[in-house]
Amino acid sequence: MLTFTLRRLLLAIPTLFVISLVIFLLVDLAPGSPMSEIPLTVPPDVRRKMIEALGADQPVFVRYVLWLRQFFWVEPATLFDGWFGTNWAGGEQRILSWQSRAPVFTIIGQRIPQTLTVIGTAYLVGILIALPIGIYSAYRQYSLFDQLGTLFAMIGFSVPTFFSGTLIIIIFAVTLGWFPTKYDTNLHVTDWASFVKQLQQMAMPVMTLGLANAAVISRYMRSSMLDNMGMDYVRTARAKGMSERVVVLKHVLRNSMIPVVTVIALGIPSIFGGAIITENLFGVNGIGAALIGAIHASDLPMVQTLAFIFAVLIVSFNLIADVLYGLLDPRIRYD
Amino acid sequence: MKLKTALLGAACALSFAPAAFADRGTDGEVKFTFPQAVSIMNPFLSSGTKDVYAASLVLEPLAGFDADGVIIPKLVTEIPTLENGGISADLTSITWKLLPDLKWSDGSPVTADDAVFTAAYCMDPAGGCAQLSKFDGVAKVEAVDASTVKVTFTGPKPNPYTAFVGALSPILQKAQFAACQGAAAPTCTDPNNMPIGTGPFKVTGFTVNDTVTLAMNENYRDPAKPAFASAVIKGGGDAEGSARAVMETGEFDYAWNTQIPPDSQASMTAAGKGEFVVAFGTLVERIEMNMTDPDPALPEGERATAKHPHPILSDIKVRTALSKAIDRQILSDVGYGAGGKPTCNVVPAPDAWASDNTGCIAQDMEGAKKLLDEAGWVPGADGIREKDGKKLHILYQSTVNPIRQDFQALVKDWWTELGVDVELKAIDPSVFFGGDAGSPDTFQKFYADVEMYANNSDGTDPETYLSQYQCVNAPSPENQWQGENMNRYCDPAYDAKVKVLTTTVDVAERQKIAKELNDMVTKDSMTVIPLVHRGTLSAHSNTLGGVKINAWDSEMWNVADWFRVK
Repeated sequence: MLTFTLRRLLLAIPTLFVISLVIFLLVDLAPGSPMSEIPLTVPPDVRRKMIEALGADQPVFVRYVLWLRQFFWVEPATLFDGWFGTNWAGGEQRILSWQSRAPVFTIIGQRIPQTLTVIGTAYLVGILIALPIGIYSAYRQYSLFDQLGTLFAMIGFSVPTFFSGTLIIIIFAVTLGWFPTKYDTNLHVTDWASFVKQLQQMAMPVMTLGLANAAVISRYMRSSMLDNMGMDYVRTARAKGMSERVVVLKHVLRNSMIPVVTVIALGIPSIFGGAIITENLFGVNGIGAALIGAIHASDLPMVQTLAFIFAVLIVSFNLIADVLYGLLDPRIRYD
Repeated sequence: MKLKTALLGAACALSFAPAAFADRGTDGEVKFTFPQAVSIMNPFLSSGTKDVYAASLVLEPLAGFDADGVIIPKLVTEIPTLENGGISADLTSITWKLLPDLKWSDGSPVTADDAVFTAAYCMDPAGGCAQLSKFDGVAKVEAVDASTVKVTFTGPKPNPYTAFVGALSPILQKAQFAACQGAAAPTCTDPNNMPIGTGPFKVTGFTVNDTVTLAMNENYRDPAKPAFASAVIKGGGDAEGSARAVMETGEFDYAWNTQIPPDSQASMTAAGKGEFVVAFGTLVERIEMNMTDPDPALPEGERATAKHPHPILSDIKVRTALSKAIDRQILSDVGYGAGGKPTCNVVPAPDAWASDNTGCIAQDMEGAKKLLDEAGWVPGADGIREKDGKKLHILYQSTVNPIRQDFQALVKDWWTELGVDVELKAIDPSVFFGGDAGSPDTFQKFYADVEMYANNSDGTDPETYLSQYQCVNAPSPENQWQGENMNRYCDPAYDAKVKVLTTTVDVAERQKIAKELNDMVTKDSMTVIPLVHRGTLSAHSNTLGGVKINAWDSEMWNVADWFRVK
């Protein structure tokens, strides 16, 4: 198992290098210019000088090598300096956003908390709703509950978040006036009142995303349970006189969890990636909103860095899912 | 005794409410929401309107413009003019006198050195200053004494109110930005995000592309202002969401740039929590005609250049017919509602500068058909007009934008009725406006017959804007497709008139020439067919008083006078 993990980790290094190069070239070759949002009243020669000041006129490979150095040396060194007061980075240029001229990692640091709280909660809520629905739907296949569960999943699957989100805003914010439509990122939870406020402002985005997440996971859970319900070992367990509770929740559930855990684990990077539409709709201003804002403004350093971080997360969670298999199913060993 | 005085004072203050004379910091918090979030608080490094407006709460220029476009003093005792001697008789210099006892929000005095530094900061060739054109023709800026700033120009300057005037050209604090000049400018993250200013507010917190929190400036020059103790600008989302947060839920006091469809405007106003206000500046949605041939069969380097005149649009009768077939009132109503009005001018405002040209407003389909008949374009078997075996086919490009696609569809209907075969094309705005010489889809390259976008003149004086239509400004392979004369319009008489404008001092005479130039590119030659004069639609809550929408400066130009209606 350890050898397997190490081998996979080593293999990840060249993979990530290739990914970083591909991302860099793709983003760079995509049409658009960091100057496209500037009003037409700014004359062309001033625009040219602004591009030069950003360093955006350098050849693509010069910028790639510089970015690699900044990503793998300057940024970790700056982080280390921040923790221990050393001076490894030596004041070298960090990765700067073209749009705001602020270090990209500072922006990410400001935005991760919102994304993790809101999107993470929505994911958790989604899982907590989906698992019981999936289990019970499979156990009572074609019952009324199963039909309702299917309806719920179909709605969650097919209604896009920009629609369900707007609907939720109109119902809960405009008509009922329960929740704010704009997320206040400066709210610090210090006491009961601010905690309630935090819950209120999280309610609508969590509802919107939770519905979509629960729909996906509940279908996986249901089908995986159905696959296992007809297996021989289930009949054996019943023949041994075990209670239905033990049969379903211990024997069937544990075996059914394997594919579901993969789906859940592979979905975790998307929590960090944020939710572009939902974040924009509710003003959560997390990573997803940062990404789409940077794409609109052709802020290449920001887009490149974010895309690469997502790549790192996806590669790592694939590995984690593989390792989890072994823990859930003793028959699976990679050595 | 003291308590009694205080109580009396409080009672007086209460009895005067909701008068605008409330004491400083008594009205709580004012909350803004911008559909695009603020990226940076230094207008010299970003010309994004969102950033410039947010910065205008903190940073101030020497002089600004009021809601009518009239120049007003901000940090100076009076506006320098020829009469008061502030502008030299030969028009080569302007001298500003700072207000006495003016302080930065950190308590240090504002001196002429700060203005001198600001000029050096922006004019530094390595700094990439976005407002460099404000310092066009500036030879030097010097401090005559601690409170006198003298700007000398390289030659006579009929309009010297550019440097240090308006929200685009504020004064920075030398002490804060001294280390940020030139190549270091973009790396000064803290000063760029939290500049020290003279405005009614100071920055207390800044999260990039999200929220700016501000507190009142205790050192603001008027001791009774601002009425609000703090302010917050929340960014992100879309125009619809921002408008809703003011007009329907009442969470925010002011939403900038809430350009939403006319039916949503009506339903949100009906909620009764706020109102929409429109600032009509100089922004005009227009169709530009390509005077050169964009035929893909032409070799690269000659395509869409002056070498090959346009085979169809070179005929003024065709251009006039295309303009006559359009119903501008319908376009304005469908696309912008209260935020637009039909226009025939490229310079639609201020009134004193705008030509009285309204001939294009009424649609004239029959007249248009007649013109095309006269030009030799007669309907063929399929209803499409043709001439010498060539079909009247027009490629009509614009950017991806729901309103522009509505406009394209409507105009296509009218032109099809006219017998024109119209092909539509929509390009991503970041490509269209990106100016990448390698892309075939930029508005400068104009590889289409007509294109639609919006453009405006910066400030009240349209000299720079009108000079864009000179021959020399035509984008071509020789200048890497840079330049603002997209049409490749070229008329020596126009160029000559622009020369006259640049040397004319008398304002009335300037206005007359500007109107003539406007007419030359619009009704006389039909090179540009203006469609809609667009305003900026913003929304404010009914509980926010003192708002005077302004198209010539920051919309928050008088935020110090805003107050809470009780």
